[in-house]
Amino acid sequence: MKHHATDAHTLVAAYALGALDDAERKDFDAHLRACEACRQEAAEFQATTARLAAAVAQPPPAAAKAQVMAAIDEVRQLPPRIPAPSAAPVLGGILRRRAVPLALAASVAAAALGGVAIRQTQNGQDLEQQARQAQQQLDAVSAVLAAPDARTVHGKTANGALTTVVSSEQQNKAAFTAANLPAPGSGKTYQLWLDHDGTMRPAGLIDHDGTVLLTGNPADAGAVGLTLEPAGGSPQPTTDPLLLMTLPA
Amino acid sequence: MDAPPPDGLTRPPLRLFPTAGAAQVNQPIPFGTRGPADHAGTDLSDVMHQVAQGDKRAFSVLYDALAPLVFGIVVKVVRDRAQSEEVAQEVMIDLWRQAARYRSEAGAVTAWAATIAHRRAVDRVRSAQAAADREHAQAAREHTTAFDEVTEQVETRLESEQVRRCLRGLTELQRQAVTLAYYRGLTYREVAEALRTPLPTIKTRMRDGLIRLRDCMGVTT
Ligand SMILES: [Zn+2]
Repeated sequence: MKHHATDAHTLVAAYALGALDDAERKDFDAHLRACEACRQEAAEFQATTARLAAAVAQPPPAAAKAQVMAAIDEVRQLPPRIPAPSAAPVLGGILRRRAVPLALAASVAAAALGGVAIRQTQNGQDLEQQARQAQQQLDAVSAVLAAPDARTVHGKTANGALTTVVSSEQQNKAAFTAANLPAPGSGKTYQLWLDHDGTMRPAGLIDHDGTVLLTGNPADAGAVGLTLEPAGGSPQPTTDPLLLMTLPA
Repeated sequence: MDAPPPDGLTRPPLRLFPTAGAAQVNQPIPFGTRGPADHAGTDLSDVMHQVAQGDKRAFSVLYDALAPLVFGIVVKVVRDRAQSEEVAQEVMIDLWRQAARYRSEAGAVTAWAATIAHRRAVDRVRSAQAAADREHAQAAREHTTAFDEVTEQVETRLESEQVRRCLRGLTELQRQAVTLAYYRGLTYREVAEALRTPLPTIKTRMRDGLIRLRDCMGVTT
């Protein structure tokens, strides 16, 4: 070890910035396993540097995805480093008991409703209804994702979230996914819009990362928009758009 | 309208990321004010759980969510586009390979992916530098040019208004230390050399700079 443990504490920021050389990084990884304070700080700093990464996000070439999807057929996955995987979320467990056919569907439902599901654990009687709604939503979302004519568009909001719209003209449906979406703030929500020849029509609300099905008529829309609105949403946008994603013609 | 237009030409022109007036809606947004069970990445960690079980359709969802983040930071560090495409693909494959090693307690999926992507980009840049067996003095010259570019890019090319505003809130030395390390892939020793500043000062500026950024962005884990 090049460093005494007391020195190691001062390297958390450099570690999170990727500014250690290989040997120092290995030493620091060992230190992290033993030091709860540095682990906590490293997690916060890495969440911070991830925002620096998100600020320069740009879509990769379209052909890359097919190459990666083909490549993983040949790539064996590593086993978990710890014996017990983290506990399955409440909603995931319910959906599996309800014998949802597609593993993807369960993950998308958890993505769409994960935050809601966690809140509902304090309110047990709503769980059944929540699971039914999740089931309906995930059926629709997975149908869009699996549609033969599904098309994908990537975007990024002005406040740094990464977004994807998957739309199917055949089904006249579109799903919207957000990652790294900042909290809307109390009394506020994000609202989705469909642009019909310059007229913005409400297309649903989203207030945390996840996937939602757009309401309305996406096949006729030219773009998907996102604004910050008072909780409950607005009949028309009241703030400047954080995002306008042109849909495939 | 009963049918979509035959092509995009009849549609009104749209700006992808409008900036005029957008600041007013960006500024009040705190990041990570949600409770600990509901932080950003909750959803993707469920997708990760499926990916860890070999679910390729879940990986397709993960790819769509993370590929722009991964490609963006790789391009930023590696700069050469062809090499960046190669590195970004390696990263995405690595996310598949390592999926079972992601632990949600240690942070959001986006932070995990950004760390892996940044590390690979830095490895590529540093091995290229080692291969070139460059002269010490030449490296210092490159770094001096590099931070002029970084400063300019930080002002003009960041698409996140919040990140731009928070970087503007740092001191000059904090901002250069953070951006030279993260966006250029320099070690803290190289940063100290490029900025002609003692090592302990650079370590400290990286740390108080990140603390200020963290608080400005409202990041919690
Ligand atoms: Zn420590």
